[in-house]
Amino acid sequence: MDSREAILERVRAGLGRKLGQKPLPPPEPLLRIDTLGASGRLELFRRKLMGTLTVAADAAVAGRAVADLLNGREAVASGHPFLERCGIRSMARVFTDPAELRNACATAGVGITSAYCLLAETGTIVLRATPEEPRLPSLLPPVHIAVVPEERLLTNLDEMLSMTPRPVDDASAMVLISGPSRTGDIEQFLVRGVHGPGEIHVVIVQGKHRDS
Amino acid sequence: MRVPEAAIRKTLADANLQLAIYTNTGRFKENRSKAVAAEVLPEYQELRTRAAAIKRHTLDFLDVYLLQFESAVEAHGGKVIWASTGEEAADFILKLAKERAASLIVKSKSMTSEEIDLNERLAHHELEAVETDLGEYILQLAGQKPFHIVAPAIHMTRNDVADVFTEKLGIERDTVIENQAMTARRVLREKFLAAGIGVTGANFLAADAGAVVIVENEGNARLSHSAPPVHVAIAGIEKLIPRVRDLGVFLDLLGRSASGQALTSYTSIVSGPKRAGELDGPEEFYVVLLDAGRTKLLADKEKRESLQCIRCGACLNACPVYRKIGGHNYPWVYSGPIGKVITPQFQGRGKDPWLPFASSLCGACAEVCPVKIDIPGLLLQLRREAVAADPADRLLFRAWAWLMTRPAMYGMLARIGLRFSGVEMGPLAAWRAERDFPAVPEKSFRALWKERKK
Ligand code: SF4
Repeated sequence: MDSREAILERVRAGLGRKLGQKPLPPPEPLLRIDTLGASGRLELFRRKLMGTLTVAADAAVAGRAVADLLNGREAVASGHPFLERCGIRSMARVFTDPAELRNACATAGVGITSAYCLLAETGTIVLRATPEEPRLPSLLPPVHIAVVPEERLLTNLDEMLSMTPRPVDDASAMVLISGPSRTGDIEQFLVRGVHGPGEIHVVIVQGKHRDS
Repeated sequence: MRVPEAAIRKTLADANLQLAIYTNTGRFKENRSKAVAAEVLPEYQELRTRAAAIKRHTLDFLDVYLLQFESAVEAHGGKVIWASTGEEAADFILKLAKERAASLIVKSKSMTSEEIDLNERLAHHELEAVETDLGEYILQLAGQKPFHIVAPAIHMTRNDVADVFTEKLGIERDTVIENQAMTARRVLREKFLAAGIGVTGANFLAADAGAVVIVENEGNARLSHSAPPVHVAIAGIEKLIPRVRDLGVFLDLLGRSASGQALTSYTSIVSGPKRAGELDGPEEFYVVLLDAGRTKLLADKEKRESLQCIRCGACLNACPVYRKIGGHNYPWVYSGPIGKVITPQFQGRGKDPWLPFASSLCGACAEVCPVKIDIPGLLLQLRREAVAADPADRLLFRAWAWLMTRPAMYGMLARIGLRFSGVEMGPLAAWRAERDFPAVPEKSFRALWKERKK
């Protein structure tokens, strides 16, 4: 008998269950959604974000805000169409070549992405791994900038989980970023940027965006 | 094994170590209490109730959830490996490393892999497996085991780290903590980019999505499952939860109970290898489902709840015994109250019969446990079993009972034993859980009690 069968059989024997016997339905999780208005969400996000927040009136303003944040530094941008729309992918010193992605992420000072959504209550940037939003731009460079349309700002994780109860069915990974990379492993002394970005900037873009 | 008395005495006599344990666990404790306070999280008790119920339900129907998890993983192009023993789990990784010609493995913190001595097993075969969590990395260089299930190196100071780095990395001695962290970043970044396999643990396995959920602050787990071409997640079968949606309950409880964070810096939910068109991410994804004694616990209906543990470490920080004797005086990788409960069950109760007795049953652990495990109740059960099983222990227990009924004798022994057993002897059971001594008290509790009564 292989280990699969052996383990399953031990489990069933231990529980006193038979092969194919139906389970009871699972208890419901408690999903807490406070209904905050758009301005309430924005204020909450500003308070909770462990990084800087810029609110831009439109895509062009957002592009200029990113240019200011970059201040001439080399950056790598994901292929998200919203970054294109804000004119970020065509900026000087912003790498976008998919073939060079890994190297560019390993050397660039800044990684720029959009986001699947933002969560106000925990100051969280939610990213999903897709062809347009690879994993490394938000991970390898020491600084991460996320440029996100305001309509993607949700109240909290529970709201996201009620809207999208199965968020990784159509993406191979999802990551919730709720602060800079940090460690307290030596004497509980807080050091930022130990492995991932130590600095986070979010640019929220107001107005309607069809292709966001 | 007998009580490691000499080692415990040494820990108690080490003033720096006592201070380190006391302040670190104290800070965790305080952060936790703030984060679950009624003003901050009014639903806390309801969340605990739900979390306990969901965990219990998953365990009660574990056969179904394991199969559901497996088919979901396979649907996304990953593979589930079933391992009855730690050896089987290690063998799988060894075989994979050989087939993929991978000589370097990066690893993010996983108590499950500590439990099965994965690194040692791999090192036997000349495979370099590098721990990448800063605390674990320091411990690996120093050749030590984790001191705490959440914060593995809380017993070390910047000076200890400087010594280890100088000796093992051949760099100039530097006691500035930021510089030490940046040294680790530099050394480990190269490893991440060169590794052939990334091994992670899992905090949860969501059955509906076939997803591995990993919670961390540093980003080393993200790097481990994002940078190398192969990702292997290793997890005990008890890590299952029915749905991704259940994370709404568990993430909140885990983060707050462990470190007082509503969400840690990073939560990864990984459901498979990279899909068509993706530019990065692993090409292969495996989940090793480990039994290694868990089905034995599962079969014991009364003690099954010890598998509900989400390894938040809150019970360690709350425990007056752990806070004196620290993490290295427990016989296995799991220390503190939960270690006392699961070690005898995993390793056989004959090995360390004293373990369930080394507790005042003060109840502080059960009070903070986010999944409502009745640790004192389980310890009592384990004591009864130990006594029933072993006449020598029955004797020991009788002697203890005899002592307990003779206050003068007990008082004398307690005074003598003070430097050994600290504040956790019998009468302390009556003390409130939140009450702590800053260090080994000058006077015994009984003496203080007498004074108070005057
Ligand atoms: S027993 Fe409870 S408090 Fe202790 S580590 Fe497990 S979940 Fe946390």
